[in-house]
Formats: sequence, C-alpha cells, structure tokens
Amino acid sequence: MKVLVPVKRVIDYNVKARVKPDQTGVDLANVKMSMNPFCEIAVEEAVRLKEKGVATEIVAVSIGPAQASETLRTALAMGADRAILVQTTEDLEPLAVAKVLAAIVGKESPDLVIMGKQAIDGDNNATGQMLATILDWPQATFASALEVSGKKAKVTREVDGGLQTLEIDLPGVVTADLRLNEPRYASLPNIMKAKKKELAIEELASLGVDTAPRLKVIKVTEPPKRAGGIKVETAADLVSKLKTEAGVL
Amino acid sequence: MAVLVIADHDNATLKDNTEKTVTAALKLSSDVDVLVAGKGAKGVADAAAKITGVRKVLLAESDELGEGLAESMEALVVPLMSGYDAVLTPATSQGKNFSPRIAAKLDVAQISEIVDVVDANTFVRPIYAGNALETVTSSDAKKVITVRPTVFKAAADGGSAKVETIPAPAKPAKTHFVDQKLVKSARPELSGAKIVVSGGRAMGSAEEFQKVIEPLADKLGAAVGASRAAVDAGYAPNDYQVGQTGKVVAPELYIAIGISGAIQHLAGMKDSKVIVAINKDADAPIFQVADYGLVADYKTAVPELMAALTAAGK
Repeated sequence: MKVLVPVKRVIDYNVKARVKPDQTGVDLANVKMSMNPFCEIAVEEAVRLKEKGVATEIVAVSIGPAQASETLRTALAMGADRAILVQTTEDLEPLAVAKVLAAIVGKESPDLVIMGKQAIDGDNNATGQMLATILDWPQATFASALEVSGKKAKVTREVDGGLQTLEIDLPGVVTADLRLNEPRYASLPNIMKAKKKELAIEELASLGVDTAPRLKVIKVTEPPKRAGGIKVETAADLVSKLKTEAGVL
Repeated sequence: MAVLVIADHDNATLKDNTEKTVTAALKLSSDVDVLVAGKGAKGVADAAAKITGVRKVLLAESDELGEGLAESMEALVVPLMSGYDAVLTPATSQGKNFSPRIAAKLDVAQISEIVDVVDANTFVRPIYAGNALETVTSSDAKKVITVRPTVFKAAADGGSAKVETIPAPAKPAKTHFVDQKLVKSARPELSGAKIVVSGGRAMGSAEEFQKVIEPLADKLGAAVGASRAAVDAGYAPNDYQVGQTGKVVAPELYIAIGISGAIQHLAGMKDSKVIVAINKDADAPIFQVADYGLVADYKTAVPELMAALTAAGK
C-alpha cells in the first residue's frame, strides 16, 4: 500500500508571529521555520504503518519555495521513502493546495493520504476535507487512532464531546489530530540517509492547476492587547476581588 | 441576498453556537434561514424557529445526518446553495469537518473562523494562533464561511419562523459509521460555559488533575479545560484542550492553574472577560494576560481557594 503525506513548512511552533508594521502580513524574515506539527504527526503515522508492514511506500509532498525541500528532508529522515516538491513562491489558499494535491494523487495513485488537520499559520483546517471532496474519496478527519486492514481504514475521530469511529473504503483521506501519535525525532544516521533519498522537484505551473487566489488580503493587524492585571497575595484576596471588583462570582 | 446558517445541535438540543452564528449572518443579510440536519431533531428545528430574525427553518433527517457524516452534510447543503449567497457554520469540530467540503464542491474558498463581518464580502479572521488578524475580501459568488461563535452575541428568542421538511440525501457509499462514544458530564460544555477552570502540565498526573481541577470546577459550576501540554502528557482528554488546536473559549471567568501560558494556549482563551492565573513561576507568560495573578504553588493555593469560596458562600 502506498501512502502520500503532504507536509507544510511553517513558522516554528514556539515562535511568536509578529505582524509587519505595514500591515501586509506576518514577518517571516529570519524567523525559524519548521514542519507544521500536525504534518509531523501525519508522517509519523505513515512511518508506523510501514513499520507494521501495512504501507510499502511513503511519498512526502510539499508545495512551497525551494526551502520547503528542508521540510521534505525532515520527512525523509523520519522514514518517508521519497519526496516531491511542487515549487512555487506563491502562498496558496487551501482550495488551491487541495487541487495541486489532487493532481499529485492523480500521478502517484496512493491508497491513502494522511495529512495534518490544520496548518498553524493559516489555521484554516480545510485542505484535507477539500482534497477528499475533489477526489470523491471518503474522509476521516481529526483522527486519534487509525487501523488499516485490506482496503478499509477504521478511524477514531475527535468530535465535540467525545470520540466517533468511522470505517472508510480506501483510497481515502485521513487528517491527523494531536493524539494520533507522538512523532519521533530523526536520528543522525537517518538524517544522513535522507540526504541520499530521491527528492523530485516539479514547477507548480507544469501541473496546469488553477491556483488563482479567491481571497484578497486587505490588511493584517495585531489583535487588541489585554490591559495588564494585578497580582494578588492570597486566595482569599482573589475571591474577594472576583466578587466585588470583577463581579464574576 | 439570502444566507443559510447550519445549526449546531446534538439532535436533542439546539446549541447557542447557532444563535451566535445567526447574529453573524444577520450582519450579511436580513434573509437568514437555518438548516437543522439530524435525526429525531424536530425539537431542535422548533427551537431554531424561535430565534429572532430567522426567516425559515429547513429540517432534513436521516441516520447519516444524525451521525454528522461530512459527506452527507455536503450532499444536503450543496444543492440548497442555488437559493443562497452564503452559508455560515459554527466553527465546531463538526462544522470544520463538513464546511470545507461544501466550499470545494462549489469551487469557492472557505473563509474560516471569522470573528467580524466588515461587509458582505469582507471578513476578519484570526491567523497564527490569533497572533494576527487578517481582513480578507472574497471574490467568490457564493461565500462559505465558518464562524467563531464565542465572539458573537447570541440572537435572542422571539421569532416564529416556519419549519419546512426537506428530503435527506442518499447514504454515502464509502464512509460507514461504526460508533460514537460521548462523555456524559453534569458539567457545562466547555465552549459555552460561563466559568472555565483549566489545568496545565504542572498537575503532573491524570489523578492529580482530577483531584485538583475537577472539584474546583464543580464548586464553581464551571467547565473543565486543559492546556495542550496537559493533554499531550495524558493528564486530560483531548476534548478538554483549550487553544489554537483545541477549543476557543471566552467565558466570564477563566481560571488557569499550573499553566505557563504558551502562545497556543493563549490563542484559545485570551478573549475571556476575566482571567485568573495561579502559577508558582512569577515569570510565566500567563501572568501577562491575567487580570488577577496569584504566584503560588497550586498545591496550597487551590485548597485555600476552595476554602475562601466556601467562606464566601459558594
């Protein structure tokens, strides 16, 4: 079984995004970039499927600038077999990303696409669902457990108030939630090995996909700041302030 | 223009995310209809018909709609969109599951988790865990929007719209419902609670989390939340997670206990009216957003807080 894992290069999870003074976006110059955390979980799940003997090949794919090849190298070091970079300097919207991924799926014919539920830059949580729709494949989002047997996948999903289990016919799209697994760190020997793995580069234009933006960003601003608060000395102090000053008890 | 709001409910009760989304919809148009998709959800539709400003309620029922299957929701909504210019869905895990499908099928962008409506084409939405707000204009003929309900006031009751039953779509061929395990709790739901008590990694274990956080929450009639670190460590279920990748809450009172205040956590709670932080590290970032900070070990502070609440008649 072949697994395709889309990954995205984003601002590092621990870095606070700063808005540019001219309000055109978030300042990403000289900021640490990493693989989106949910994409890491997706890669890890694919690697575990391979270790269990369920998956035979893992193809990682990223859409982005030349530097996104570093993110793909990370996926290769974690255990992906080969990688595809769809190179573009454009910042694509989820619908466009889904269309590009659908084109890659058309070329690669994977049995399963595992991807993160959301990227921590755009926070859209939409691409996986859109990809499933475009491909007319079943979807199972926000997965916290995945079991593949034959041409079926049993997926436990995080829903409001608990867990839901679905069974989907493969090929299908699964999006990873936080508790699906804990991604491994790539070992040094594996990082070295990853440098020798195949990383193909395709120009976005060569795929012939309509990626025109549908949304125009008017401005990007900082959210209003909270006014500073006060420190209280004791729990009793706190309760009295909440009661009389804040009026919330 | 006409706008369709997709109701948030559990087949038995209409959730106030619906009324809040109606408020957002009324900023777009005065022609707002509500769709209730479920199973045995007539009572929900009747409740939705009472929301002020709602023109009509559509009710569709089938097993798959009751189970909330994304494919079924999409198959139901997409044909309806010939009569609407926009569809608004509360950004719950359920809404996030199916709304992008509607957008993809209509070949339009989804405008995700809006927090403000500037005009019929222009919306404000948080990006980068709420560290930036993006104002976007959509050029699509039909708008597919998810709404962050916590920032909108619930539309009041007082309407008397008609409920119209519409046919449900055929069963999806490739997705099969197996089961659903919902946690039964006497506590209020996290996303709508007036008070939230959250615990962080400082708790150290699931037992400690239950022993410290839950009694305090119950004393205050509060919902229980947790930081991603606490969820990651297995101290609390994922459903409790407050933050960028969990739930976004904006209660009257948010009490953060043993939570350092990572960016991802602040993204989920910084719109709360009053924030209290209890942490033994005086430099913890949580104190920068807290209205009231208590620098103390939770092990002594929480019992003292419980006693002080009892003394105050709570």
